[in-house]
Amino acid sequence: MHQNTVAEIAAALRAGEVSSRELTEQLLARIEQLDPQINSLITITAEQARNAADAADARLRSGDGGPLTGVPLIHKDIFCTDGVRTTCGSRMLEPFQAPYDATVVQRMAGAGAVMLGKANMDEFAMGSSNESSYFGPVRNPWDLDAVPGGSSGGSAAAVAARLAPAATGTDTGGSIRQPAALSGICGLKPTYGRVSRYGMVAFASSLDQAGPFARTAEDLAILLGAMAGVDGRDSTSVDHVVPDYCEGLNRSIRGLRVGVPAEFFGEGLDTDVRSRVEAALKTLEGEGAELVEINLPNMELALPAYYVIAPAEASSNLARFDGVRYGHRCSEPQSLEDLYKRSRAEGFGDEVKRRILIGTYALSAGYYDAYYRKAQQVRRLVADDFRKALEKVDVLAGPTSPTPAFDIGERADDPVSMYLSDIYTLGVNLAGLPGLSVPAGFSRGRPVGLQLIGGYFDEARLLNVAHKYQQVTDWHKQVPEGFE
Amino acid sequence: MAIEAKEVQAIAHLARIQVDDAAVEGYARDLSGILDFVEQMGAVDTAGVDPMAHPFDATQRLRPDEVTEPNRRDHYQAGAPAVEAGLYLVPRVVE
Repeated sequence: MHQNTVAEIAAALRAGEVSSRELTEQLLARIEQLDPQINSLITITAEQARNAADAADARLRSGDGGPLTGVPLIHKDIFCTDGVRTTCGSRMLEPFQAPYDATVVQRMAGAGAVMLGKANMDEFAMGSSNESSYFGPVRNPWDLDAVPGGSSGGSAAAVAARLAPAATGTDTGGSIRQPAALSGICGLKPTYGRVSRYGMVAFASSLDQAGPFARTAEDLAILLGAMAGVDGRDSTSVDHVVPDYCEGLNRSIRGLRVGVPAEFFGEGLDTDVRSRVEAALKTLEGEGAELVEINLPNMELALPAYYVIAPAEASSNLARFDGVRYGHRCSEPQSLEDLYKRSRAEGFGDEVKRRILIGTYALSAGYYDAYYRKAQQVRRLVADDFRKALEKVDVLAGPTSPTPAFDIGERADDPVSMYLSDIYTLGVNLAGLPGLSVPAGFSRGRPVGLQLIGGYFDEARLLNVAHKYQQVTDWHKQVPEGFE
Repeated sequence: MAIEAKEVQAIAHLARIQVDDAAVEGYARDLSGILDFVEQMGAVDTAGVDPMAHPFDATQRLRPDEVTEPNRRDHYQAGAPAVEAGLYLVPRVVE
């Protein structure tokens, strides 16, 4: 059943056509056989998965199964899991076992989902290619020479390779949507505050948001319903009603106003990506949507503002890794300062150090106003652009990433060229809006994603549009060769 | 804006990260490159624009000052590199 969706699997489980244990064994065997090719998992939790599957089967037999009971899934290794190590892709946390579960992990387990393992990722979620992981790069199932995107690259690659029907991820500047696009699956970054950040290793706290990966919008709707909701342990989670995200999936999109930001189709956009995305927009038009040209005049400032704000927050958040309370400690420290400095130098990789240094610089005396304060002002200009645009239209649509997946190693030596992979996604994080990527075709065998952006807490509408699009396209049904 | 080697070491000290002399040039180049493109922001007039720290301009929510968590010190310290009698061990700070 590895080709089936979450919705199909859940229905088969409830009908007793398959047990969660059978399904779990099947996927664990598939992981063992295929994952060495793509390196999408850091930790495989076979024993816990078998126990959880047996418990789910008992619930299903007693007629107590919900929409995720017995459904296998993979968590990004940024979510703390009690009793299973949480590395965040870093040497710093290589043996770290969190003393508690993240709220996302707890909610998915409570809904009966079965965790198969923990997904590889860019170190501390800093990256767009999954090359910065201490546990090695992840390869794209569509082309093993290509990156899967990042930072949630392992989650995206695993779902694309049919190692699991679903996975969790986090998105600070595009880390769900961009790998979803580059790996040919669906990914949703919810509104900031929609999903609890408790137990999610912090990168940039005013931007971080958790969300689901799957192959269909319908599955995203099921998964988001289980993840979303206010949490007393995350003071930034928002107390806003969680609707039934599946209810409106089939609603007609006739008359829907789709804003097409001119700034998303400018210089730097790959010509193949442009033509696939334009074709996808035509498809939406064919379903009755009305395309409206729109402007986001400050869009090009999102990237520089992001690369001040995110590193600044990261430099502060990552100060907790001190070699004292948990995480890597250097051997034979000569003094407390030596302990801090060498533990952090040995525990963090290059990109993480770069961002801590940039963030430290931007927050340091004499530079705060020029960088951090300026970036926060620019952030408001970017957010205001989105707000004004979304007063005129229902959703915005454009490419998720300016190019298809690039080759492993291609951008490794130039941080700024890597950052460009997120030019269409990180403005959405600055504004705190929800965004979704849905498969929209291929370029030279590598997937292309269509990004949909909605108003605050309007995830249901994004899911509706993506679902209608998937009803009349079959990009999401294509399977990478070797992973049939 | 170019960052010089001396500045890299000063920033690295603030961040408590050991940077070997051999790596300083590389960081200076990378950080200068990042700052160069960040400088684009300088071209836009932000006079009078309120800095935005949070998507909803929310302020920190407060809860009643009540004990809600049990003491789980031993459990939390299980992953610490060095502890003794419930205390975290570090190199001597006071002579």
